[in-house]
Amino acid sequence: MSRLASDHTFSPIIFEQGQEGRGSRYVESGGAPTGFLPPEALRADLPLPDNTELDVVRHFTRLSARTFGIDLGFYPLGSCTMKYNPRVNDAMAELPALRDLHPWTPDDLAQGALQIMWELERSLCSLFGMAAFSLNPSAGAHAELTALLIAKKYFKDRGETRRGTVIVPDTAHGTNPASAAMCGFKVLSLRSDARGRVSVDALKNVLGADTAVCMMTNPNTLGLFEDHIHEISRAVHEAGGLMYYDGANANALMGNARPGDMGFDLMHLNLHKTFTIPHGGGGAGHGPVGVAAHLVEYLPIPYVRARAKAGADPSAAPSDRMEFRLDFDLPHSVGPVRSFWSNFAHAVRALAYIYANGAEGLAAVSQLAVLNANYLRVRVRDFLDTPYDEICRHEFVASAQALKRETGVKALDIAKALLDRGFMAPTIYFPLIVAEALMIEPTETESKETLDEFVAALREIVSLAKSDPGTILAAPERTVVGRLDETRAARQPDLRWYPHAETPANPN
Amino acid sequence: MAQPENLLYSKEHEWVKIDGDIATVGITEYAQSSLGDIVYVELPKTGAHVVQFGNIGVVESVKAVSDLFTPVGGEVVEVNTELDGDPALVNREPFAGGWMLKVRLSDASETARLLSPSAYEQLIAEEAH
Amino acid sequence: MYTPHTPRDIAQMLETVGANSLDDLVRVPDAIALRERLDLVPALPEAGIVKRFEHFARKNVGASYISFLGGGSYRHYTPPAIASLAMRGEFLTSYTPYQAEVSQGYLQAIYEWQTYVCLLTGLDVANASVYDGATALAEATIMSIHANGRKRALVSRAVNPNYRAVLQTYCDGLDVELDEIPVTANGTTDLAALQALVAEGTYACVALQSPNFFGNLDVPDAAAQSAIAASGTVSIAVVAEAIALAVLATPASWGAQIAVGEGQSFGVATAYGGPYLGFMATTKEHMRRIPGRLVGKTVDAGGNEAYVLTLQAREQHIRRERATSNICTNQAHCALIATIYLALLGKSGLQDVASANLKRSRELAASVASLQGCALEFDAPFFNEVVVNVGRPAGEVLDRLKGRGILGGIDLGRFYPEYANCILMTATELTSAGDIQALHAALNEVLDVPARV
Repeated sequence: MSRLASDHTFSPIIFEQGQEGRGSRYVESGGAPTGFLPPEALRADLPLPDNTELDVVRHFTRLSARTFGIDLGFYPLGSCTMKYNPRVNDAMAELPALRDLHPWTPDDLAQGALQIMWELERSLCSLFGMAAFSLNPSAGAHAELTALLIAKKYFKDRGETRRGTVIVPDTAHGTNPASAAMCGFKVLSLRSDARGRVSVDALKNVLGADTAVCMMTNPNTLGLFEDHIHEISRAVHEAGGLMYYDGANANALMGNARPGDMGFDLMHLNLHKTFTIPHGGGGAGHGPVGVAAHLVEYLPIPYVRARAKAGADPSAAPSDRMEFRLDFDLPHSVGPVRSFWSNFAHAVRALAYIYANGAEGLAAVSQLAVLNANYLRVRVRDFLDTPYDEICRHEFVASAQALKRETGVKALDIAKALLDRGFMAPTIYFPLIVAEALMIEPTETESKETLDEFVAALREIVSLAKSDPGTILAAPERTVVGRLDETRAARQPDLRWYPHAETPANPN
Repeated sequence: MAQPENLLYSKEHEWVKIDGDIATVGITEYAQSSLGDIVYVELPKTGAHVVQFGNIGVVESVKAVSDLFTPVGGEVVEVNTELDGDPALVNREPFAGGWMLKVRLSDASETARLLSPSAYEQLIAEEAH
Repeated sequence: MYTPHTPRDIAQMLETVGANSLDDLVRVPDAIALRERLDLVPALPEAGIVKRFEHFARKNVGASYISFLGGGSYRHYTPPAIASLAMRGEFLTSYTPYQAEVSQGYLQAIYEWQTYVCLLTGLDVANASVYDGATALAEATIMSIHANGRKRALVSRAVNPNYRAVLQTYCDGLDVELDEIPVTANGTTDLAALQALVAEGTYACVALQSPNFFGNLDVPDAAAQSAIAASGTVSIAVVAEAIALAVLATPASWGAQIAVGEGQSFGVATAYGGPYLGFMATTKEHMRRIPGRLVGKTVDAGGNEAYVLTLQAREQHIRRERATSNICTNQAHCALIATIYLALLGKSGLQDVASANLKRSRELAASVASLQGCALEFDAPFFNEVVVNVGRPAGEVLDRLKGRGILGGIDLGRFYPEYANCILMTATELTSAGDIQALHAALNEVLDVPARV
């Protein structure tokens, strides 16, 4: 029997609902477009469905019931920092004078927005040891691109155009090499050593006059702190290169250690990971890019400037005694990287989160994230291999390789069985250097009870894998659909609905 | 698993069949089975010049991309357009309907650098360990 | 802090881990240890946070002004149903739907979004979104370069200046030369110049925006269309005001192979510039070059219809340095908002909004043009924006309007020195007759004052 038939969360595609003429009336029509524009400028038809508001509300409420978020349960997705998203942050972003402010509003009439951006920027500078941050980039990958454009321009201005190589460890996120390629850099992948870290000697062997940037994540994607980072930075700098910090894992050190102190010249943050901006099904994010003093002049435009305000109340908070403006005039800037100034609503959320914690609170956040990860690591290693078994930071990587050999149950199968038990699956098959990897990041907002429940579920799955592997290989069975035929999806791409008359004979 | 005897092989798991100055190229049974379900094959255009062991395209499975190298150099005279609509042909018939391109050899002596069926079989036996 | 740990939890967990203290867990080598006190904003209880942000909000005085601002970000009516649906925690707090079995709802919504973009643009394939209109144009340019291997790009000078500047930034990174097509005296792309330029056969792509930055409809005529097609140049349609798609001939109808633009108008707040969403659509021919995530329909193990992220081998997490783009995080939640907006409004609602924009902007144009010293700069057909020549430096006039509680528009001289006396004014369905009267009265006063020399 079809699972869908009995599923009260199912809703047919919106294009097969509704009837012409059934729509709601939201604004008053201006009359026929032919009264305003020449007929040849107009489209022949607008083939969109008309639905009642109730139809639409039911449709999306049902779709939401078929979607798993942090609000429903534990979400231990490694490298993604799926922590609780405080509701007050959303409420602040929804304040009408923040939500409805137009980006072309003159600076003197947008002082509150600029102050938020400035306070966020100064806080990030202090927290991460950078001279300045640009809030422009929309996400981590966008920030990587921005930073590499900065590096490219910096070397060009110094006449060092031969610096065309970006070094990335083999544990790096895929965005690192992809961003490097978009700036015309050659990518050199560096093998991790037996400790799962960058080897200073191996790095020195590849450094040279062609070295532009070394991109690192610290702690790396194995959850291990790169304890030789100081030597690594020194070696890269001696070779004339720049150090780039991929901030995807910043939740592991926020408030306790700073990329700036480790010798990084450039960095980004994923505010949607570390600073509780909701992921929203894959975006929007917010990826500020930070720079050391020698690179400030290359930041993208615009950049928020502050200066003392004449006649300010001396008893007011420091930032309330200042005035702010958007500076578009940075002569060495790489240029703008987006339509408007920042993902501002997310800057609001991130700053609200910083206010909720302060410096000490953020340091504690990071410590508790590390405690949760280590607690899970120690409890999970009773029944799954943990190949790099030492004190980890915010996440750790387990391997189902031995289990697979013994029972045929793979990391993917464990992931699917977890879905049946009400948990989101960890990140699997990443980092690439661990076979059958399960990358687990609990975050600090989960309680010991939740972690214990997760351990119990994982233990049960591993035990079933040994006694009755078929049940795990068949998972998930309690979700609205079973495992997907991804091969069919890729071989015969069906990427949109067609009106029936138009359905192409060969959907390919 | 015996390899077809009328073909030559590369270390990158491509096969080549020589017919006069035309070489037909594909990937081996071993290659297709380790790639899994192939969903797309990206090939050079007819008329392109390719060099021996050069990268000429990619083979995609659902979650992986593998480079495709040509075992011989020359001018591409035909590509298998069947694979556009049915990339699974490479999985089903790697040595027949799943062929990828035909090359007019620029230097017949290049074939000396390829592996015999028995040498290739030895190579994959070693890789399996 | 939003953390649940009691002192007892911490003690028990440290014991399990075999560590003495939390500090032990995060210790770093001395050489890089934190030595200074962090200088952050102070910690506040939740009620204090609200008070602080209400203070910031009060300082955004421009938010309550009568506004004629547009230029890439538009005020439109947003039904409350959008927020009540989009802010559901299941949507808001989910990650990229990699585990399809527990993400069917979001995946279906994205598939619906892709379909809406295709229906609106007339093209075959659309992605799940990119950052915004400007980066969508940059990504379309990269697609074109991959398609024909050329390393030059061509963009009309009537395309949004922010988009062109971002495109220049991306082109610098890619070592691609970017050239501009001039604009005619009537505020549209010089199509004769376009034909001459593409005839060289060296441009990867040519990008035109309609309605363009001046608000004017701006698509290639038949001769320009054939010249583009004959030259092997990829034609890119840029749409900054997505509401226009409801009434204007589709990009596909004039031969655009890629349509990109800004989806903010579909229910997304202006929010001082973001987050918004870039949309991208293209023909089947370019399907495998499109960047970012794509949702496809397939079946599950039991043969039930279901949705899944597909063609992932294009993306950075698999193809790394050879990916079609580096994009990972996109603007999914904004795309969800846009999808809900389009579902709520439907054909009739969207047509109502578009026609109300046409009507209000003509009322605005007529009102302003009736003033002594004001004239419409162009007489091309326009959508909801119009260029007004005020006969003196626009910045000065805008400053004086500001003093009367009105944001009169955008000073065009900022981007086009030859239009230093011109203001780009926008009216949407939210612009009231009273707003237009207020502007008329204020402009009348302002223009009576002789210009400073």
